[in-house]
Amino acid sequence: MSLNNSELAVLLDKARRGDLRATGKLLTIMEDPYRLPPEFFDMVASQAGRAHVIGVTGIPGAGKSTLISRLIPELRRRGARVAVIAIDPTSPISGGALLGDRLRMQDHAMDPGVFIRSVSTRGLKGGLSLAALSMIELFDALGYEKILVETVGVGQAEVDIMSAAHTILVVTMPGVGDDVQALKAGVMEIGDIYVLNKSDLPDAQKAYEYLSFALDKGELGSYDSGWTPKLFKVSAVMGQGMAELADAIDEHASYIRSIGLARLKVASRRLTLIRLMSERMLTVAVEEEFKRVKAELEAKALKAKGILAEASEVARRACKNLDNLPPT
Amino acid sequence: MSSPQYIEERPFKVIVAKIGLDGHDRGAKVIARALKDAGFEVVYTGIRQTPEQVARAAVEEDADVIGISILSGAHIHHIQRLMEKLKEMGADDIPVVVGGTIPVIDVDKLKELGVKDVFLPGESLRRITDVIRTLAEERRRKVRLL
Repeated sequence: MSLNNSELAVLLDKARRGDLRATGKLLTIMEDPYRLPPEFFDMVASQAGRAHVIGVTGIPGAGKSTLISRLIPELRRRGARVAVIAIDPTSPISGGALLGDRLRMQDHAMDPGVFIRSVSTRGLKGGLSLAALSMIELFDALGYEKILVETVGVGQAEVDIMSAAHTILVVTMPGVGDDVQALKAGVMEIGDIYVLNKSDLPDAQKAYEYLSFALDKGELGSYDSGWTPKLFKVSAVMGQGMAELADAIDEHASYIRSIGLARLKVASRRLTLIRLMSERMLTVAVEEEFKRVKAELEAKALKAKGILAEASEVARRACKNLDNLPPT
Repeated sequence: MSSPQYIEERPFKVIVAKIGLDGHDRGAKVIARALKDAGFEVVYTGIRQTPEQVARAAVEEDADVIGISILSGAHIHHIQRLMEKLKEMGADDIPVVVGGTIPVIDVDKLKELGVKDVFLPGESLRRITDVIRTLAEERRRKVRLL
């Protein structure tokens, strides 16, 4: 399918006027900005920059999807249009994926102010983050005020995506380890708001105390912006604690706006996008160049001749081929 | 096994859903799993969905194919409604297949409603994934922006 600017502009206009089919199609197109006419991306981005992007992360099974599902009506009640980007892993074996986050969010299917889109991690590395960042720009341009991005774990891709979020929710649950576990590097370091979900379970109070102790000691959470991370005990399944959590999310949004961080985050997500996009171009160029000289290199590799030297040669030629990229 | 950093061709995206008051989801889950193993991206929406919910999911996900599992006997009613909803949302170009305990005499009725294929009890997973792949490929060839 070839993409031309005027058709894309019509599609964008339809999406802005509430045509959900157009929005769905545009998201597919934005998933791989590599194929997009550069002017079109600017057209989208020029209309974006106002949305509040909320990253929701945490271990598998912590209840992220259920939490989002219960948070949506709370955010809707406050008048925001809500978009959700739900990321699930791709099978490294078959390349297929079972995207099941949506299963827990189907209550909102009839609400025109909610849009849920599932994405798989696919070929990974830069691909996922690039897709997610690009889709954030579109949702933002279409006037969704709250964009929730749900992802598992702490890989590089997640860190890239979370760097684009204004507010990061880290979701955990009772019974997944002691206080040392809570201090481990990674996901527990990046939260603005910590959510202890499933607080209806027996060990909830103990887990809450571990977490609040770690927070008090400053061993948990992100303090870079001067915000003191908060901890909430909720039960998404029972719908408990959602109003307080939504209040905290809004409070964090006002805080980062007041110190000018909200705008910086928009710039930072676009910087990440530029970096990932250039990595993408380089990768493609290297793969193509490598494919071209593979047979020739095989002989050299067997003779142990110039193995590392060839690497820089391939890289150099790949860069040279990049000069032939379509003009931007 | 190769693991490319970027997959050039987007995998086919299939919605697997159960419509109506019918909680028997073993079949739908087996299909979802088989499709995943065959390299599809499967969005599983779960049980007791309305036709409206399924149409909306297909639109939001920009699905290539919709697979509906029904064991309640209300297939004609629900599928008719689903087709109407898809049309209403400008998504009637997304092919729909149906599986479940469908009486043989209803197969043609479903096809008249626009269903591309109907899978009866005992159908092989191989044929189901093959049919869905062919439908997805056809749709990708025809797909238009506007």
